[in-house]
Amino acid sequence: MEPLILEPSLYTVKAILILDNDGDRLFAKYYDDTYPSVKEQKAFEKNIFNKTHRTDSEIALLEGLTVVYKSSIDLYFYVIGSSYENELMLMAVLNCLFDSLSQMLRKNVEKRALLENMEGLFLAVDEIVDGGVILESDPQQVVHRVALRGEDVPLTEQTVSQVLQSAKEQIKWSLLR
Amino acid sequence: MLKKFDKKDEESGGGSNPFQHLEKSAVLQEARVFNETPINPRKCAHILTKILYLINQGEHLGTTEATEAFFAMTKLFQSNDPTLRRMCYLTIKEMSCIAEDVIIVTSSLTKDMTGKEDNYRGPAVRALCQITDSTMLQAIERYMKQAIVDKVPSVSSSALVSSLHLLKCSFDVVKRWVNEAQEAASSDNIMVQYHALGLLYHVRRNDRLAVNKMISKFTRHGLKSPFAYCMMIRVASKQLEEEDSSHDSPLFDFIESCLRNKHEMVVYEAASAIVNLPGCSAKELAPAVSVLQLFCSSPKAALRYAAVRTLNKVAMKHPSAVTACNLDLENLVTDSNRSIATLAITTLLKTGSESSIDRLMKQISSFMSEISDEFKVVVVQAISALCQKYPRKHAVLMNFLFTMLREEGGFEYKRAIVDCIISIIEENSESKETGLSHLCEFIEDCEFTVLATRILHLLGQEGPKTNNPSKYIRFIYNRVVLEHEEVRAGAVSALAKFGAQNEEMLPSILVLLKRCVMDDDNEVRDRATFYLNVLEQKQKALNAGYILNGLTVSIPGLERALQQYTLEPSEKPFDLKSVPLATTPMAEQRTESTPITAAKQPEKVAATRQEIFQEQLAAVPEFNGLGPLFKSSPEPVALTESETEYVIHCTKHTFTDHMVFQFDCTNTLNDQTLENVTVQMEPTESYEVLCYVPAWSLPYNQPGTCYTLVALPKEDPTAVACTFSCMMKFTVKDCDPTTGETDDEGYEDEYVLEDLEVTIADHIQKVMKLNFEAAWDEVGDEFEKEETFTLSTTKTLEEAVGNIVKFLGMHPCERSDKVPDNKNTHTLLLAGVFRGGHDILVRSRLLLLDTVTMQVTARSSEELPVDIILASVG
Repeated sequence: MEPLILEPSLYTVKAILILDNDGDRLFAKYYDDTYPSVKEQKAFEKNIFNKTHRTDSEIALLEGLTVVYKSSIDLYFYVIGSSYENELMLMAVLNCLFDSLSQMLRKNVEKRALLENMEGLFLAVDEIVDGGVILESDPQQVVHRVALRGEDVPLTEQTVSQVLQSAKEQIKWSLLR
Repeated sequence: MLKKFDKKDEESGGGSNPFQHLEKSAVLQEARVFNETPINPRKCAHILTKILYLINQGEHLGTTEATEAFFAMTKLFQSNDPTLRRMCYLTIKEMSCIAEDVIIVTSSLTKDMTGKEDNYRGPAVRALCQITDSTMLQAIERYMKQAIVDKVPSVSSSALVSSLHLLKCSFDVVKRWVNEAQEAASSDNIMVQYHALGLLYHVRRNDRLAVNKMISKFTRHGLKSPFAYCMMIRVASKQLEEEDSSHDSPLFDFIESCLRNKHEMVVYEAASAIVNLPGCSAKELAPAVSVLQLFCSSPKAALRYAAVRTLNKVAMKHPSAVTACNLDLENLVTDSNRSIATLAITTLLKTGSESSIDRLMKQISSFMSEISDEFKVVVVQAISALCQKYPRKHAVLMNFLFTMLREEGGFEYKRAIVDCIISIIEENSESKETGLSHLCEFIEDCEFTVLATRILHLLGQEGPKTNNPSKYIRFIYNRVVLEHEEVRAGAVSALAKFGAQNEEMLPSILVLLKRCVMDDDNEVRDRATFYLNVLEQKQKALNAGYILNGLTVSIPGLERALQQYTLEPSEKPFDLKSVPLATTPMAEQRTESTPITAAKQPEKVAATRQEIFQEQLAAVPEFNGLGPLFKSSPEPVALTESETEYVIHCTKHTFTDHMVFQFDCTNTLNDQTLENVTVQMEPTESYEVLCYVPAWSLPYNQPGTCYTLVALPKEDPTAVACTFSCMMKFTVKDCDPTTGETDDEGYEDEYVLEDLEVTIADHIQKVMKLNFEAAWDEVGDEFEKEETFTLSTTKTLEEAVGNIVKFLGMHPCERSDKVPDNKNTHTLLLAGVFRGGHDILVRSRLLLLDTVTMQVTARSSEELPVDIILASVG
């Protein structure tokens, strides 16, 4: 049988996933070799989505792994760890990821906003978990460290005049060259 | 440029995915923009995002194209745009294992990690460590040490976590950074402390003393981070488990104190650690159980889940400890998270009373279809445990199992159900008929070959003994018609078993088997032909030997013996008796519910163990001509205390007329070398020592082997049990412990060992007879003897059965080693093979009055084994 006592380790998170409402991968980061090939990963994501997208029950046991999850409009967030892992630790990672993104996207946690801020997502995940080790669990810290440029407001948030202004600038740049 | 912008605007306006139709080649083409000056940070960052997105989607990048893009990217270090720089770090990390020569960015990263911009430094450290190998690490060691103790938390954390990753390949370098890590461990930042403790533990984990010190130091001062607390709890419980010490140590006190921590995460970790500690008493569990009870009513699903899952674990070992929580668990039965509800119900099934079973089963069947296979298996296991506890509830539980069997499900789930049903059938005979007929129905539509063949085997074994065996024939024959070859072969074997045991059905079975002779598959055809010919002889002995009880020899052994036979053609026919027997009976693993893979393992090891011995013994010229090795004693016997100068273990090998004692000796004195080591043996019975094979040299701590060969007694062949007094003789030569040089002169010495027993069990190999009665008839009563004994010291039937099985070293058949409760008579059926290859069967009737009276009947195809058995029992 499997060992009852956990080998003490900082390697807590096996994977972080974000799927859209068709179950397609928007973001996936696997930190160990549980699912080594892309094919196995996609199969796992499909299974996970089928089992979770209709219920909002926050936690499940799938393929011998503990999965904590959360959904927002058309996005599904998953944090996956071993079935012996402290479920609350995984929950802390999930909450940190969600809260950081929600702050960065101005509470507008939906697929379109996220896709326009892909770099923010990449950077945030990089600050939260490094190679499976929880690096930071405080969303404030994460947002602070990602520190996206002030003027880099997503297009949807800009007023028409702002868009025009930035377009003008772009033209100026290309003319100057 | 303008056009491009419009396009993007349009896309995002339509709400579609701007990354949706990315072409790898097009994106890499775009990456050429990196070479332009001045750098357009925004555009470049967007292209890097696209590349990362592609990699993230599982797109494969070739080494050349990745290297090209990577080198183009290095140009972007000229720009000082923060987002662009950060995206560069990410790209470096992602590409570190795809592109070549990534170390080219080392100097840029080193510059960033020691620079002024705090937001760059942490990520730069992580990227740098990702591309660094053990040879390069020396060069940046100084910077890493500084970074670990840096006052900016993100830098320190990054350096610590990266060091942890580096431990895997450069342990020796990272080991030198413990002082810095130690300093970081007292940091005020919670994450830094957690990471530092983690690194310290990983570096020191093989040094128990250091780990203990670390725990006591940090637990005394208290920790700031809940994560660090969780880590320390795990370290402490690991130490506790390894020490195997009593639970009143400070480590346990620490874990218990964490139950009062203000963070739920820590409280739960501590409770779960206590629950998982082996050998916890109910009193020690109580505080952990009561915090878990509180969590059961938490609004957070994850916490409820964690709590009930842990309670479920407690219930397996200490159901009474959980009864206090029954009310809270009842509330969770209707939880909207089905995983929580399932766990709550299965826990209640373990702790609740018999009366609540019906209600709970009804409840759970209402949402069985909604839960995942993992939990279905949990439910089946709970039912399996219930069946053993409340035999009267079989009807309800069996019905539930059959409903589940009919539903959709994966292999693991179905196997768990079939396992459970089979164990119920075996435990009580009244449920056999219903059980079998449901299983028949199941194989009508079963996609799992393993399960189908297993059920067919069971039908063949149990079906003929039921009142109406003919009703199973239709199901079995359907398999022959409809299934693929493996199942067909299994079905043919099952049919033959019906024919062998039931004369009325024999003619129809013969007709069915004749049809199978025309099958497309070799195996099926061969089996049908074979069984048909055996059955047509209409001889009970043949039936028993070739249909009801299979081969008992070890399959690899048979293969080797046959190969040997074909290499050296001789006039003599091949003798099956010369093949070593299978060391573990085949069907034993079935009753436990452990996964098949786990149970198979020991069998394989045991088989190879005897083979290894056989090869080793064959290499010794003195042992030529002893014939095949019949049996090796399963566990070596220690002839010395474990802490003495010399450590000797003995393994007994039995041949047809001889025994070889193998002594594995270890010399634990580092200032001596032993030479010419033998073990002299003095038998009490008429055994005769033939020769000693010495171990020529026995240097310090290098095990050596010597042998003693004895002939079995010829005049009084029944006197097989014997005690040997043993004495080790050798020449001692002093040697220098440091250089290992030995003196030329030596002196003779002796060392007295403990006595060695040879019992009757050494002469008998265990064999599994699936159908004892048939085997009994097959052997016949030509050499049957019967005697009655009184076992004056044993007071219960279980004890008597256990002693007999152990003493004779034979295999209990047809589950007769289990004594039913409240009975004062019992029949124990034992089967074995005596050395030389003669089957020996023993039927022992036991009667319990004040003491146990035993009537032993032994049968064999030879007279000698029977005499030996009766002589040794008396």
